Amino acid sequence: MKWFGMTLAAAMMATTVHAETIRTTGDLGLVVERATGSLLLVDQSERASISRIEGLGDLSHASLVYSPDQRFAFVFGRDGGLTKVDITEQKIVGRVLQSGNAIGGAISDDGSLVAVSNYDPGGVRIFDADTLEMVLDIPTESKTIGLVDAPGKRFVFTLWDDGETWIADLSGETEKITKIKDIGENPYDALITGDGRLYITGLFGEDGLTALDLWDETPEPIRVLPEYGRGQKEMPVYKMPHLEGWARAGREFVLPAVGHHQVLWIDGETLEETGRTDTYGQPVFAMSRPDGRQVWVNFAHPLNDTIQVIDTVSKEIVHEFKPGPAVLHMEFTPRGHEVWISVRDAGKVQVYDTRTFEKLAEIDAESPSGIFFTSRAHRTGL
Amino acid sequence: MLRKWALVIPLVLIPAFAAATEPDDKLINLVHQDCGSCHGLTLKGGLGPDIRPESVSHYDVETLSEVVLDGIPGTAMPPWRPLMSEADAKKIAEYLLQGEIK
Repeated sequence: MKWFGMTLAAAMMATTVHAETIRTTGDLGLVVERATGSLLLVDQSERASISRIEGLGDLSHASLVYSPDQRFAFVFGRDGGLTKVDITEQKIVGRVLQSGNAIGGAISDDGSLVAVSNYDPGGVRIFDADTLEMVLDIPTESKTIGLVDAPGKRFVFTLWDDGETWIADLSGETEKITKIKDIGENPYDALITGDGRLYITGLFGEDGLTALDLWDETPEPIRVLPEYGRGQKEMPVYKMPHLEGWARAGREFVLPAVGHHQVLWIDGETLEETGRTDTYGQPVFAMSRPDGRQVWVNFAHPLNDTIQVIDTVSKEIVHEFKPGPAVLHMEFTPRGHEVWISVRDAGKVQVYDTRTFEKLAEIDAESPSGIFFTSRAHRTGL
Repeated sequence: MLRKWALVIPLVLIPAFAAATEPDDKLINLVHQDCGSCHGLTLKGGLGPDIRPESVSHYDVETLSEVVLDGIPGTAMPPWRPLMSEADAKKIAEYLLQGEIK
């Protein structure tokens, strides 16, 4: 039976495509090489790089999203470039320079639209994922931040200067835009929970966060941890934290504080504070291992050579180590057994076992920053 | 034992860093990589404004180095004084205005 199956499989391959030409994408990923404008295609299972894709422009602070079939990546460059990369062919298949200065993007739940968030001119532009033709321009008077996809072919984003969140619904014939005021002063980033229900905005201009319940027809701002830093001396913020990669650990959220060397714990239902953990520096990313048992935290300049690991049951730091100069990003394998870490000034991506903390591999990369595994294709908000 | 040392070293290094003058290439790297977190790797702006020479030309070296050292209260621009010497801030201001360190 086994022999028959193998013969059949071989016969099928012979008549369709050659096995050696197939590059399956489920365990692949892309590493942004920020200074050289290139991407490194990597293989999680092999813990190795496959090839380099060049010609993507200014990739400082670049991010990317994946098509639902995990074949294409849409890369959002700082120079306003939107580049479509075919991972299977390892080449650029489309590129538009859609603004002068961009900051991230999102893909709609059905994979048909790609949205880009812009600083200059401020606003969000929406493109056809197949052709990269612009289908909608949503200008704002402000820099836009925290752009995410939401269920129902919606995009949600927030205005840094105006403290408003806009919801763009593209499910109908014409777009519907809902504007929510009073989000707070200088929102710097936002996240959406994996179920697509809560949109949480971090504030730079004041302490606290603002949540919106997207299941409401007309969401109202819900203040979370107002004045969490009251009475404490604010420390200079040399790098804004990121909320993407926020951590949900069991029933709680874990979020980086701003101007304080702490992560904050919030009950996922009541949005009340449940604790704080003092950290080594100003947290940049607080990322949950996919099972929620650990949170890995990296820090802003000049303390950006260190990672701390927090146990989410005890809320205590259980491990601390120094991967090297300028740890910029972390990405867990989809089931969390390993984590990949970019160490910019060492020119390395390092792979660690998340239980033993043993270093398993080092991969050469040019000034690596963001690491993006293809499993993001199937997660809301990523 | 190793871990203990790892924790102690940065505490010693930071004050030393603040007092000393850094080599020019390190300062330029700091401008693009770390100022670049907000102002963009090419300094043409991000969450923070464009700081290329033509955009900061209304500053003189002295005022611009004060902005670097003390930040701009009420904005996201932090004071860098805890991390760098006045001499280095002046060099950075020169670099921002002239595009090179002389």
